[in-house]
Amino acid sequence: MALHRVKIFSIFERFWHWAQMLLILVLLVTGFGLHGFHDLFTFKQAVTLHTAAALTLLLLWAFGTFWLFTTRNWRHFIPTVQGMWGVFRYYSFGIFKGERHPYRKAYWRKHNPLQALAYTMLKLVLFPAIWITGLIYLFYFAWRDIPHATEYLQGVAMVHVAAAFAILTFVFIHVYMLTTGHSFRDHVMPMFTGFDEVDLTPEEEAYLRKDQPQDIR
Amino acid sequence: MHAPQRAPRAHSHSQTDDNCERGVTAASRAPGTGRTGVLLAFLLALALPMALLLPAAGWARAGSWPTPPAAPKPPPQVSGPLQGGTADHTKFDELKGPFETGSDVTKACLGCHNETGHQFMKNIHWTWSYKNPDTGQQLGKKYLINNFCTNARGNEGMCAQCHAGYGWKDETFDFTDETKIDCLVCHETTGTYYKLPNSKGNKACSVMFEDMAPIDLAAAAQSVGLPERANCGACHFNGGGGDNVKHGDLSSALKEPPRTLDVHMGVDGLNFACTACHITNKHIWAGSRYHVISKDAKGRIMSGERKDVATCESCHGLSPHPVDSLAGFKLNDHVQSIACQTCHIPEFARGGVATIVDWDWRTAGKLRNGEGYHEEGYIQGNGEDRYVYKSIKGSFTYDENVVPVYRWFDGQMIYTTVDTHFDPKAKEIDINHFTGSREDSHSRIWPFKRMHTWQPYDKGNGTLVYNHLWGDDKAAYWGNYDMGASIAKGMADFGLDYSGEYGFIQTNSWWPITHMVAPKAQALACDDCHTPKGSRLASVEGVYMPGRDHNPWLDDIGTILVFGTLAGILIHGLIRFFSPKGRQH
Repeated sequence: MALHRVKIFSIFERFWHWAQMLLILVLLVTGFGLHGFHDLFTFKQAVTLHTAAALTLLLLWAFGTFWLFTTRNWRHFIPTVQGMWGVFRYYSFGIFKGERHPYRKAYWRKHNPLQALAYTMLKLVLFPAIWITGLIYLFYFAWRDIPHATEYLQGVAMVHVAAAFAILTFVFIHVYMLTTGHSFRDHVMPMFTGFDEVDLTPEEEAYLRKDQPQDIR
Repeated sequence: MHAPQRAPRAHSHSQTDDNCERGVTAASRAPGTGRTGVLLAFLLALALPMALLLPAAGWARAGSWPTPPAAPKPPPQVSGPLQGGTADHTKFDELKGPFETGSDVTKACLGCHNETGHQFMKNIHWTWSYKNPDTGQQLGKKYLINNFCTNARGNEGMCAQCHAGYGWKDETFDFTDETKIDCLVCHETTGTYYKLPNSKGNKACSVMFEDMAPIDLAAAAQSVGLPERANCGACHFNGGGGDNVKHGDLSSALKEPPRTLDVHMGVDGLNFACTACHITNKHIWAGSRYHVISKDAKGRIMSGERKDVATCESCHGLSPHPVDSLAGFKLNDHVQSIACQTCHIPEFARGGVATIVDWDWRTAGKLRNGEGYHEEGYIQGNGEDRYVYKSIKGSFTYDENVVPVYRWFDGQMIYTTVDTHFDPKAKEIDINHFTGSREDSHSRIWPFKRMHTWQPYDKGNGTLVYNHLWGDDKAAYWGNYDMGASIAKGMADFGLDYSGEYGFIQTNSWWPITHMVAPKAQALACDDCHTPKGSRLASVEGVYMPGRDHNPWLDDIGTILVFGTLAGILIHGLIRFFSPKGRQH
């Protein structure tokens, strides 16, 4: 096993990440505006931007989900407890003592266990919670005539807003995590260049050198 | 006024053009560069929904209504499909006159229009009577008590000036006599025609009607045409005893209004007469305040279809907003819950004529040197000074550019009539009330004028009272100023039980607002209702409105979560920063 600079984020993945970041930012800002927390936009502008960004994000997710499954990249997100305690211990204590991050990226495991769990929960719980309630919310006038529609709408709105708070919290932690480890820059650059340090098995290295020489430096 | 509306329109067009141009350029470069090309195409596919929705946001879309150029002389008012007519009434020998009385003119009219008499006698302008088919309540001006001058009944000598007939002064009036129909009041177009009280009042009032110029009945007869706004307005603008006193959305300002006051009636716009919307079939008019169509589910009237409604939807359809943006979709969704009037009549009593919102009969009857008097003291928008006190009526409070009260409304008005018994100790009662809710499929949120009055009632029995106001006798309030005597006579004349003890009670009446539709640039914006503070619909229940409503628990927990996280990050970061070995990592 040896560390190499290997391309782990494809161009689509990087585009996905940054487009998603931008859209989520728009959605958070306009969404909390609609909720009455600020007046940066008129309600009409905020609704239009919010809906446009939401529909665009859904389209992006449709592509992203397709990509995840056709490229088998979904396996990166399978939760595991292996090594979880080490990562958890590191963020709680080790980091203050200047310890080294216990996790090494592997070619088929580019997230540490805590990361993988966080992203999986985001993808399977928070995102569905917000987009499903968002669509139900958007099409309220199609179901407004069922009995107790107002109560249901209130419930839908609550789940939507709760998910928004949770996602905003995720965003803060996500960005803060970039400052841990080597440096902020070292964490961010892979998402631009695609390359990061990965622990490769000799077989993986041999394979990459032969079949995908452009993906290993 | 038109120039600034057009400027932003031009701006928005040029923006759209720019977008198109950019789109084409990008697409033409896309093929041929392999993976970059695919990515670019992908980017474009993602950008498409954005591009489709964004022009919607309405930054630069102030007013794109096609404003017709202002004409120096207004064209004839538009009265619906009937235009121009097929006869020149100045050429009929029958109308050469001279005419002694209005009835003589009517006889001449009926000579040719030989079906009109019995058709006309069925309408509410003649019967002043309406039996609500759903509640069974006997309504109509002939019976009802309002909270302005309170009752026409017993005061027809004065009030029936606005009856479309001649000579109704008491119960003896013959409602089957066609010759008593007043054709001229609705159809003459000289503007010189007027009506006088049908009976003699006390001299305190009769001075108002002295020295009026005689009417040239022949000229009036020859001028007949389809009713213009001034014809209907002669009564409907003056309901409650003065200009815009009663309705709030019907004033003399609508005789020749600019389209900024009313987009439909505006002389520089569509120049609609009242009957363009209040379509008429055999002298029966569409549009009733006793039985309102609060939610029209049928929509646009096609040729040959129903001719019984004056709803907005009957012309504008059920999806009135252009679907060229997300906002357009959303506005069309709102049609299910919100009456058109709610957004499109942001304020009523506009155009410089105030409406009375509060009337206090308790102060009536004050005298100076033994005589009644009146005081002016409210200068309205058009500069006119309005009475704030009259001995015969009490004190008035005016308001202009009034923000309506918003309520769920199912179209059904239920009245407190002279027969209705209520708790005599009630703090206030509704002259008319209505039901409606979010759950009711006929209801929508409507704008209302709320009229508040202190008016006399029977304190012993807990009923409203007929007050004998008009007459040349010792009991008429107008002239004698003895409320006890006038109520006693007003009730006795119709065989009604009166305890002999009157008091004053607070009453409300509710007037659905439907005229003075503003140009769309002045319609309410989303923020006027969807806002946590000062929402127009702050008091409307049964709905969850984004922006207005929120769950305080959820907001508090969410805020604590977010700020707690930030605090946690800060602490975590600080510990890292100050840990001796933590700096490198």
